Amino acid sequence: MPITITIPAPLRQFAGGQSQVAVEAKTAGEALDLLTSTHSALRRHLFNDQNALRNFVNVYLNDEDIRHASGPDTPVKDGDTIMIVPSIAGGAVVESEVGETLPELSHEEILRYSRHLIMPEVGMQGQRRLKAASVLMIGTGGLGAPVGMYLAAAGVGRIGIVDFDVVEESNLQRQIIHGTKDLGRRKIESARDRLRDINPHIEIETHESRLTSHNAMQLFRNYDIIVDGTDNFPTRYLVNDACVLSKKPNVYGSIFRFEGQASVFWAEKGACYRCLYPEPPPPGLVPSCAEGGVLGVLPGIVGAIQANETIKIILGAEDLLINRLLLFDAWPMKFREFKLRKDPKCPVCGENPTITKLIDYEEFCGVAPHQLPPADSKLEEISATELNARRLRGDKIQIVDVREPHEFEIARIPGTKLIPLGHVVTRMNEIDPDVDTIVHCKGGVRSAKAIEALKRAGFNGRLINLKGGIIAWSEDVDPRVAKY
Amino acid sequence: MITIGKKQLTEIREHGIRDYPYECCGLLLGRYTAEQKIVNETYPISNAREESAKRNRFLIAPGELLRGERYAREHDLEVVGFYHSHPDSPAVPSQYDLEHAWPTYSYIIVSTSANEARDLFSWEQEPDRSRFNPEEIQCP
Repeated sequence: MPITITIPAPLRQFAGGQSQVAVEAKTAGEALDLLTSTHSALRRHLFNDQNALRNFVNVYLNDEDIRHASGPDTPVKDGDTIMIVPSIAGGAVVESEVGETLPELSHEEILRYSRHLIMPEVGMQGQRRLKAASVLMIGTGGLGAPVGMYLAAAGVGRIGIVDFDVVEESNLQRQIIHGTKDLGRRKIESARDRLRDINPHIEIETHESRLTSHNAMQLFRNYDIIVDGTDNFPTRYLVNDACVLSKKPNVYGSIFRFEGQASVFWAEKGACYRCLYPEPPPPGLVPSCAEGGVLGVLPGIVGAIQANETIKIILGAEDLLINRLLLFDAWPMKFREFKLRKDPKCPVCGENPTITKLIDYEEFCGVAPHQLPPADSKLEEISATELNARRLRGDKIQIVDVREPHEFEIARIPGTKLIPLGHVVTRMNEIDPDVDTIVHCKGGVRSAKAIEALKRAGFNGRLINLKGGIIAWSEDVDPRVAKY
Repeated sequence: MITIGKKQLTEIREHGIRDYPYECCGLLLGRYTAEQKIVNETYPISNAREESAKRNRFLIAPGELLRGERYAREHDLEVVGFYHSHPDSPAVPSQYDLEHAWPTYSYIIVSTSANEARDLFSWEQEPDRSRFNPEEIQCP
């Protein structure tokens, strides 16, 4: 049955300049197929690679959208008119880009990423975006390990890694990017080799340095997204501020014992880390993982969430962890979520920012070496070798270990009394004030706190801190005492 | 090439500022000649996107376009292109823009902020859909 198809003005050049084409068909779909088989150049403007009508192309049969009838199967009859009408859609995306700039995928890459490619949310376009993207990872520790491995596997085209550490035995319980064969190697080298092994199609750039206020802006400039895998407050504030100042998303994660947090701090679109925590906690209040421990699988879970959000940012997905703080507790196995709000008074991303360039973050977080312990308390210290000498001389001393019982199980200095930090004041009467007391922990931080607490509680005996804790004892005096 | 008057360019810029922080959109009505497009009128359209996506997506529903086309026909004009704004983003088409465009039409994009319209460029899709090419704007 002859029907008429009206060709919109911009597409007439692909239909031999005609504004109307007559075809004989039984359904709307058949009419369009006939039209585009005669005028094949027209097809790509109406149909996508999957042979479906492009989502902005609407087909009207007389005055009705065929989507509201039976779609392509809508029957047509003699004298009907089909109109092709675009709904005009568009708009800015995260990284405004002209189509041509996306790199092509090789056959090997298409095979490798096939599980991505068959999902419309990723597709060829998304995979090419991943290839065009660059991500800078701060740290290759517990969080950096899964982040790096998943981003590499996903085909993120350029991954930068910043670290200055070497692989140690105690890292391997959770930092699965490194292996036993890597002990003693630089972490960036070990991580680079692992990522290359996972995906040889991507570029890996190593930066062996501590991230500082001097190099952060320069480093961040060359990447689209920054992933924070740090374990300390000065670097976390530094990463946040440098991201705000360079307008880059900061994919945040942190872990402690059994609990993890994740969010996307992107000042352009929502809250930053300082909107959530304007000031760092007092030094020593929040123990590090080295002091408090961490379940090895926890950074795997939190890091995988960071990798997930990073990939979503690259793909232009909605529903990112922006203005959302995700809390995870591995022990009861619970996720919770808090809403975050951008703080108009935020010192770095607020309306009248007071921080307009990077500052001294060690000082800001109160962890400059001269401030630990506080200058006003006269903390008496002793080295492991001196302590050993005093013991060998037969001096009358007592040694108090303020670590936790499970640490005592791992390693101990012989002849010590265990009083965990949390009980040191209530069990003060167990310490003889007439004898010199050496206090120790793992590294010397908790014992210094114990001494302060005891002094404040009125203990009037002589208290001496063991510098470097049981670790120094193991290194300098008795290597049979295990390091952990 | 597209020829458009100062008055129409000002209308586009003002529409962009008015709708900030959302994207504005509208039709460009005029005539096709052998070498170029001439814009006689702008035809502002309300952004049909749901509130949450208005900031970075715009949509001219087909019904609105049909109304615009009917208006154009009555005035012996044709739809020669579209304009929209990119709040706080460059006046460069996004991948999303590319996927939702046809060749020949002019796509004018204006970069906007709270109180000013910045760059304004016109773009034309390559006939094979692979990219946008910058289009010369002539303002007599």
